[in-house]
Amino acid sequence: MTVIGWFQIFLYCAIVVALTKPLGWYMTRVFNGERTFLSPVLRPIEAGIYWISGVDEKREQHWLTYTVAMLLFHVGGFLIIYSLMRLQAVLPFNPAGQSAVAEDLSFNTAISFITNTNWQNYGGESTLSYLTQMVGLTHQNFLSAATGIVLAVALIRGFARASMRTVGNFWVDVTRCTLYILLPICVVFALFLVWQGMPQTLGAYVEATTLEGAKQTIAVGPVASQVAIKMLGTNGGGFFNANAAHPFENPTALSNFVQMLSIFVLGAALTNVFGRMVGNQRQGWAILAVMGLLFVAGVGVCYWAEAQGTSTMHALGLTGGNMEGKEVRFGIVASSLFAVITTAASCGAVNAMHDSFTALGGMIPLINMQLGEIIVGGVGAGMYGMLLFVILAIFVAGLMVGRTPEYVGKKIEAREVKMAMLAILVLPLMILGWTAVGVVYPAAVASMANAGPHGFTEVLYAFTSGTANNGSAFAGLTGNTFFYNLTLASAMFVGRFFMIVPAMAIAGSLAAKKSIPPSMGTFPTTGGLFVGLVVGVILIMGGLTFFPALALGPIVEQLAMNAGNLF
Amino acid sequence: MEPVHKPNKRMPVSAMLDPRIVVPAIGAAFTKLDPRSMIKNPVMFVVEIVAALTTVIFVRDLLTGGENLAFTFQIILWLWFTVLFANLAEAVAEGRGKAQAETLRKTRTESQAKLLSGASRDFKLVSGTSLKVGDLVLVEAGDTIPSDGEVIEGVASVNEAAITGESAPVIRESGGDRSAVTGGTQVLSDWIRVRITAAQGSTFIDRMIKLVEGAERQKTPNEIALNILLAGLTIIFVFATVTIPSYAAYAGGSISVIVLVALFVTLIPTTIGALLSAIGIAGMDRLVRFNVLAMSGRAVEAAGDVDTLLLDKTGTITLGNRQATAFRPVRGVTEQELADAAQLASLADETPEGRSIVVLAKEKYGIRGRDMAELGATFIPFTAQTRMSGVDAGGSSVRKGAVDAMLNYVGGGAPTAVASGNVARAMQPAALSELGREIQAIADDVSKSGGTPLAVARDGKLLGIVQLKDIVKGGIRERFAELRRMGIRTIMITGDNPMTAAAIAAEAGVDDFLAQATPEDKLKLIRDEQAKGKLVAMCGDGTNDAPALAQADVGVAMNTGTQAAREAGNMVDLDSNPTKLIEVVEIGKQLLMTRGALTTFSIANDVAKYFAIIPAMFLAFYPQLSVLNVMNLSSPQSAILSAIIFNALIIIGLIPLALKGVAYRAVGAGALLRRNLLIYGLGGIVIPFIGIKAIDLVVTALHLA
Repeated sequence: MTVIGWFQIFLYCAIVVALTKPLGWYMTRVFNGERTFLSPVLRPIEAGIYWISGVDEKREQHWLTYTVAMLLFHVGGFLIIYSLMRLQAVLPFNPAGQSAVAEDLSFNTAISFITNTNWQNYGGESTLSYLTQMVGLTHQNFLSAATGIVLAVALIRGFARASMRTVGNFWVDVTRCTLYILLPICVVFALFLVWQGMPQTLGAYVEATTLEGAKQTIAVGPVASQVAIKMLGTNGGGFFNANAAHPFENPTALSNFVQMLSIFVLGAALTNVFGRMVGNQRQGWAILAVMGLLFVAGVGVCYWAEAQGTSTMHALGLTGGNMEGKEVRFGIVASSLFAVITTAASCGAVNAMHDSFTALGGMIPLINMQLGEIIVGGVGAGMYGMLLFVILAIFVAGLMVGRTPEYVGKKIEAREVKMAMLAILVLPLMILGWTAVGVVYPAAVASMANAGPHGFTEVLYAFTSGTANNGSAFAGLTGNTFFYNLTLASAMFVGRFFMIVPAMAIAGSLAAKKSIPPSMGTFPTTGGLFVGLVVGVILIMGGLTFFPALALGPIVEQLAMNAGNLF
Repeated sequence: MEPVHKPNKRMPVSAMLDPRIVVPAIGAAFTKLDPRSMIKNPVMFVVEIVAALTTVIFVRDLLTGGENLAFTFQIILWLWFTVLFANLAEAVAEGRGKAQAETLRKTRTESQAKLLSGASRDFKLVSGTSLKVGDLVLVEAGDTIPSDGEVIEGVASVNEAAITGESAPVIRESGGDRSAVTGGTQVLSDWIRVRITAAQGSTFIDRMIKLVEGAERQKTPNEIALNILLAGLTIIFVFATVTIPSYAAYAGGSISVIVLVALFVTLIPTTIGALLSAIGIAGMDRLVRFNVLAMSGRAVEAAGDVDTLLLDKTGTITLGNRQATAFRPVRGVTEQELADAAQLASLADETPEGRSIVVLAKEKYGIRGRDMAELGATFIPFTAQTRMSGVDAGGSSVRKGAVDAMLNYVGGGAPTAVASGNVARAMQPAALSELGREIQAIADDVSKSGGTPLAVARDGKLLGIVQLKDIVKGGIRERFAELRRMGIRTIMITGDNPMTAAAIAAEAGVDDFLAQATPEDKLKLIRDEQAKGKLVAMCGDGTNDAPALAQADVGVAMNTGTQAAREAGNMVDLDSNPTKLIEVVEIGKQLLMTRGALTTFSIANDVAKYFAIIPAMFLAFYPQLSVLNVMNLSSPQSAILSAIIFNALIIIGLIPLALKGVAYRAVGAGALLRRNLLIYGLGGIVIPFIGIKAIDLVVTALHLA
């Protein structure tokens, strides 16, 4: 570990925190339907969209209507991607002449993109046409991200409102989120990436002749536009198979740093939106502090483990940290930091192979996802996931002040606890359940690249990544098999929607409640005590659930590695 | 007869473990194993199921000859103990109530009722059980009142010791606020005509029996929410444990069912699951011992959540009666003279105000009590028309009364002043009005300071004002400060004018007041507070309080109150002491805190249990994991056994805390939470490490595993 390494981590955190407030202010205005500096340009377009689609923007929806609208929207998204993949051979913008994608892979990919997971069982440049990438995947990159954000906003409104039946209008929220937040930032971001050297073209792949005279095909394409939303929307689906480790997808150290920032900014800003909407920004900062503590701890362990390297390598004379599977351009700090960020948020883009991390270093991304990706988290998804944990933490410990637990003026009662529990049950059910199948079912075991605890971790990681809608892979596992295409699709689907519906039910139930003014008897949810409490509950609840699996995977592997046993 | 226990806030531990309660409770713990009653407690029901299943497996292994039978047997034994300990906790909590219910039942003797027909006093004797709502009965001296009812005619003294434990008789009379009578109480003198308001089986005593027995105990909203959380955690740990065999198979090992069961049972929140219902019952019981009956557990919980407390001024904040605090003479009159006249005027006045004047005159000016007969004085009593009272003695007349009435009296040359007419006649109109203005000025001053002025005149000449004052109860200011620290706002309700009310409110330290309050104002105030999302508690006794009592989230009706008030409230205070509302709030808070504390403790315990069982479980195929054996437990088997023994024993260890409740301190929510998190959160993580290690030492020493 080096001072400059820690400085980079500190600088990263500082910039994220600095951006939280202004962006939160802007996003709050957007979702409150107030005027912004972009309104003169975008308002006519927005009004036009409502006029064409027949949406009455003044009319708000009950939580159930809101949720149903969201689900219908995703059915449409699924059908579009699935058909594009099956039909890409006969559709235009296919200069590389890609053939139709197989049924199970198309199914897996369609689910993967509508759930904001972007798990990729395909190699982008070798499987998909430009049309599929741009129309199919990029549009879902925007919309699945927008969906996550607006769901979080709907839940925040539940906390902020009192005695109301509605939580907003899904169509309006999605339109405004895409138009006012995602698109403008992406335009600027994509131009920045092009400046950094990223390709943006609809032309065919480039044929190059190497020094030895051999022919080489260099894949290019509309990369910058897709990468911008891939990062900002915490989608993570790479244009190229190597994802952010590919020089065209991550050309410079600066592009790497800004890409990392773009993963966190919207998620962090949502904490400020929460604070503003409930009328006390400190509530938002407290949540960000919870996320920040868990994040810094994760980065610390991961960076330490990677910088430490392994005793086996040291024995071979390879001193220093573990560089296996890392881009030399980025090195240990930027790779560890990127890995923790991408799994803390549900991005899943990678600039290094997590599979090649030390066991302990690789366990951090795993834990980040198993906790439900609430450390900043996927845009929106992190916020509502965190609020579910806050509800449980408040309920467990809040009783200890001798009152029915309250959070930002809302009583936490049976319905909220029930829904929060339902949502959180999804994680162990999908992650532990499918892993139990995956490690014994012969067809699945064949997909593992390594034996022993490492192979176990590969399977655990795949289902964790799918359920948490992360999409990063502990490469090594062969995912494009019938078994994994279907099981991972189910993990992604359940992990997304079985979390959303209970969260929305909570939004509806909270919005209908009266708001109780705070008194001396209400315990303050803005201080260090609250932050510590939530961190504790997250670690104990999450940790207790996954401890046996972690013990059999990365923990035992690290212990064996220290003893010189590798898998 | 040993009636309901007198107030005794905190029960000593020794009393809780009274063998008269514990011995029958042990029997009850076994009968409660019936799955039909266990299913009400999902966590313990699950433990019972796995205990039964493992027992079946054990019997099979015993017959076919399995391995590790002694170890398996011990685990199963402790599984059953876990369930039994949970049942024991509940049975002990119920035990106290049962004893009380027994005493109450004895009072519900089969009595004869004198059923009246029409307005005459002819009656026929019928069995008390055959009475219907609306029947009229006659109850005479010596009779037991057959059922709950409303006095519609007559006045009688009644012994209500059966329900209040207070042997001094109380007056029950028709009309007014003391018209409710309770079945099972006894009329000591006179007779009353009662309209029956409750049929047998639903009378006040019946309800009391059910309440203290816990027979009609329904889960409260918080309890339901907590049960959902516990059930959810149980399901999470089902996933965590049932997937382990598959992981083990991948690693080339196998895990026995009994070890998995041990892990599962130690992980699920058995501690709080076992004690949850005991906590609820104990909370109700604490109220009962405080002589307050809550009609539902919901009401007790709501008490903990109360944000606003409405308190009647008289009797709650101030002593019931005004007392003389100063004599304020007009110019030219000494205090001594005024005191002398006031004392004389009050000699025969038996009202508390009158007596307080005599007392003050004696204490401050040494004016001794005089004998009316010796003076040859005649007492002129207070009437609503004259609004004054006094004494005529030895040709002199002394009067005291309301200021305006007295001004009128001296100004108009009252007829009683004949004997000393010369003085009255000597007064000039101008002088009179000047004196009147002076009196008026003093009277206003007294009003402003929260007192009530009483003018005194001798032989038609005004001497000055006696200042009567509401005496704020000693220590009440501190109580309100404490309530404020709890986050509770107090509002004083009074019929006084705003000026007086403001002065008393300031003196007592309440947060707000409602002056010249009508029942409608009260109701509106409650609704307004509730619209702001606040929970309101109040107490009341009159029929006109009933709507407000019903509207309030916690309505404590005084036992001396009317039937309507008792029906409307969700608690009844048998001692009819309105100040108790504060304790009721504390008991509600204690109930919620105890649940939260034990839940936190229970969940925090799991950390240590993992460190005990996980390395033991996987040691056979991943010996590296022994570094997780931080407690250095002697063998895998003893580690697992120690964890499950700790898990069972901690239930027994925490029964006293569950019954006694976590102490509440009004120190503000933040400080309270910090303290409790430290004790039950951090303590919950650390204690099992120590406990399991200690048990492991014993288990190893005894060669149990």
